Amino acid sequence: MSKMQDFMAWVDHRLPVTVTFEKHMSKYYAPKNFNFWYFFGVFSMLMLANQILTGVWLTMSYTPTAEGAFASVEYIMRDVELGWLLRYMHSTGASFFFLVVYMHMFRGLMYGSYQKPRELIWIFGMFIYLMLMAEAFMGYVLPWGQMSYWGAQVIISLFGAIPVIGPDLVEWVRGDFLISGITLNRFFALHVIALPLVIVALVILHILALHEVGSNNPDGVDIKKYKDENGAPLDGVPFHPYYTVHDLVGIVVFLFVFCFVLFFFPEGGGYFLEKPNFEEANPLKTPEHIVPVWYVGAYYTILRAITFDIGPINSQLGGVIAMGAAIAILFVLPWLDRSPVKSWRYKGLISRINLVVFAIFFALLTWLGTKPASGLYQILGQIGTVVYFAWFITLPYISKNEKTKPVPERV
Amino acid sequence: MSNDGVNNGRRRFLIATTAVGGGVGAVGVAVPFVKSWAPNEKAKAAGAPAKADISKVEPGAMITVAWRGKPVYIVNRTDESVGFLEGLADSLKDPNNEDKGQQPVYADNVQRSRKPEIAVIEGVCTHLGCAPKFYPEVKPEPFDDNWKGGFFCPCHGSRFDLAGRVFQGSPAAKNLAVPPHSYLDENTLIIGVDEENS
Amino acid sequence: MKKLIAIVFAIMPVFAFAAGGSNVHLDDMRVDLEDKASLQRGAQVFANYCMGCHSTKFARYNRVAKDLGIPEDLMSENLIFAETKIGNLMEIAMRPEDSKKWFGATPPDLTLVGRVRGADWLYTYLRSFYADASRPYGVNNTVFKDVGMPHVLEGLQGKQVKGTAPVVVGFDPLTGQELTEDQDGVLFLEEAGQLNQKEFDVAVADLTNFLVYMAEPMALERQNMGYWVLLFLVILFIPVYYLNREYWRDIH
Repeated sequence: MSKMQDFMAWVDHRLPVTVTFEKHMSKYYAPKNFNFWYFFGVFSMLMLANQILTGVWLTMSYTPTAEGAFASVEYIMRDVELGWLLRYMHSTGASFFFLVVYMHMFRGLMYGSYQKPRELIWIFGMFIYLMLMAEAFMGYVLPWGQMSYWGAQVIISLFGAIPVIGPDLVEWVRGDFLISGITLNRFFALHVIALPLVIVALVILHILALHEVGSNNPDGVDIKKYKDENGAPLDGVPFHPYYTVHDLVGIVVFLFVFCFVLFFFPEGGGYFLEKPNFEEANPLKTPEHIVPVWYVGAYYTILRAITFDIGPINSQLGGVIAMGAAIAILFVLPWLDRSPVKSWRYKGLISRINLVVFAIFFALLTWLGTKPASGLYQILGQIGTVVYFAWFITLPYISKNEKTKPVPERV
Repeated sequence: MSNDGVNNGRRRFLIATTAVGGGVGAVGVAVPFVKSWAPNEKAKAAGAPAKADISKVEPGAMITVAWRGKPVYIVNRTDESVGFLEGLADSLKDPNNEDKGQQPVYADNVQRSRKPEIAVIEGVCTHLGCAPKFYPEVKPEPFDDNWKGGFFCPCHGSRFDLAGRVFQGSPAAKNLAVPPHSYLDENTLIIGVDEENS
Repeated sequence: MKKLIAIVFAIMPVFAFAAGGSNVHLDDMRVDLEDKASLQRGAQVFANYCMGCHSTKFARYNRVAKDLGIPEDLMSENLIFAETKIGNLMEIAMRPEDSKKWFGATPPDLTLVGRVRGADWLYTYLRSFYADASRPYGVNNTVFKDVGMPHVLEGLQGKQVKGTAPVVVGFDPLTGQELTEDQDGVLFLEEAGQLNQKEFDVAVADLTNFLVYMAEPMALERQNMGYWVLLFLVILFIPVYYLNREYWRDIH
């Protein structure tokens, strides 16, 4: 045996390195028919790593106080060597993180990756998504610009709609009578320590659960049905090296797009870094339009869509409930879809049309979130909200009753 | 899946090129992370030359000014003290300034200064960075019965004479550094600038 | 390369509008961060006319000197007032409490105004002051209604008023001559200033250029680095692509 093998044997006796590598990489069999949409999981991991690394480095030069936060961000942008690059990697990275996560989620919807036996993977994924939104929201407060300040003001005031305890809860979250340095400080702690830990833990659970049951594929075929004499699925290939080299191609292409935006449009046309946020927070002056960053736009639109009282529920509480429900309903999706097939390739025409309509309306709601809520935008937002919920509500009936095509036995 | 017809040479070549490319990329990504730790414009601005008025420093007294966040000791040595410096050579580690990095050329003399009586010395012990204390009087001290005035580091007991030269038997290996300095006029010292009038 | 930069800046206003614009028509301002002469003139205008009240407190003098190609001693002589070191932040002596008392509002810091407002807005705003006796400083602005700032460039521009004046509406198809029409709410000069209209527009363009630079001083460095990074990724793509193809030959 070579020296290297001796060393690995020594380690393996004490730590299951080789076994773990085999379990998750070289002997993890993934269906061989992965397509374009299966890149987005690994892209999400890449962006998570990017956010954590650049985030740690930004923390080194950032000052989490109301007096110093804004100036310290400009200090990073101007004085710290290549600090601007770290900052743009983080701020543009946040938007790209959401972009790839949305693509990853849409992949799950298309190919039924949430269906039995992958319900837990989906639920962990939804928790990641929920935590990411909290993480992004708190991160957006840190530069202490006008949009940071007033965005935080609006979002935290949502809790005020809760009957009885609402107003006290809002003060407790803020730790002050208005958003202040006290709020900033606790958001900083949550943003840089608490939520990242939770997100990393959830990502590990997400992947462990995935590797327990195996990956789905665009056909929704179970590759474990047919195995060769060694017990390896006939339609599967070892993740390493086949999908590692495959993902590398995707990663290089993705990085090209990411770097193009990063180096030439870091503000994302005012969508990634909003213009009012280049103005220091001023508690006495609200900007003309308070709009959230694009990636939470859909829920913001749903929040604003409820402009009327529903029985005893006033419009403010109604909006908060609608927004909460819009997120909560995602969690139960595995039990709403009762189709015997996974992939939309074998579902009926109505299911396929519905999914496309749902995706278009989700994009529309997202875009509307960055627009003022008035006139046509308001009406569109209300229609979009109805469509959003209608898709979930009709899903059990449509998926159960529609005629499906036969799923092939093999890939 | 079969391993028939695998071109191992080609495969190895592609793995090697990809690894090299990836390595270059990794180094490139590391650049902003590494560079961002370097002293930046804010640090340099704070480290700008510091001026000191020495007109009120009596013989035998010392003032401390901050330069780049470090204490700089300015001592007005008495004629007696200056006289001692020559005779201490035998008990010093580096009496003749062999380590050229510890003082500018114009301070490469026995007094380690521009003017014989005025010492300008960084108050950063060359052992582990504490600030040595000033013991100017010629009298037996607990750490040295034969004390002729100088600096004593409270952290680990390094001893230096009034020119900042380290005594034998100290944990410190080098003499205290003399920062670049010059005189704007008779009574104004500027620390951090080598040349006069610049 | 220059072309791409031009495209980048040509697209920017489109996005800017998408992210919430106002109804006032803004004149087109061509930003050119490579035009060092323009940036230097802009810096001079800024120091002479703006820095009395407005700081750019997140930027440092020496960085501006370096980026704009101004020798440090020249910078110290011409652009830095009072006893300020070249490595300092570009702060002003006026205290916010005082200025609030004097002007009713503290003049905002202008380091990032180029990113908040955009080049077109600044360029138009600075040229859109007009006489209005009802305002405390005797001027108003078509872009920023009831602005609390005097027209500091009036000496350069002259006295501009708002009223009825002939406006070019087209060209005669036969003679090629300008066709004009009297319109209301038009800004025109009643008294000439030190500069003629064209010179004044150039001066304001320089100032705007400088403010855009000031808002993101690393913009050129960022773009230049971007080309190298993209080039690297294109090269890296080649072995990665063939490596993938090599392995997947086993499967297909």
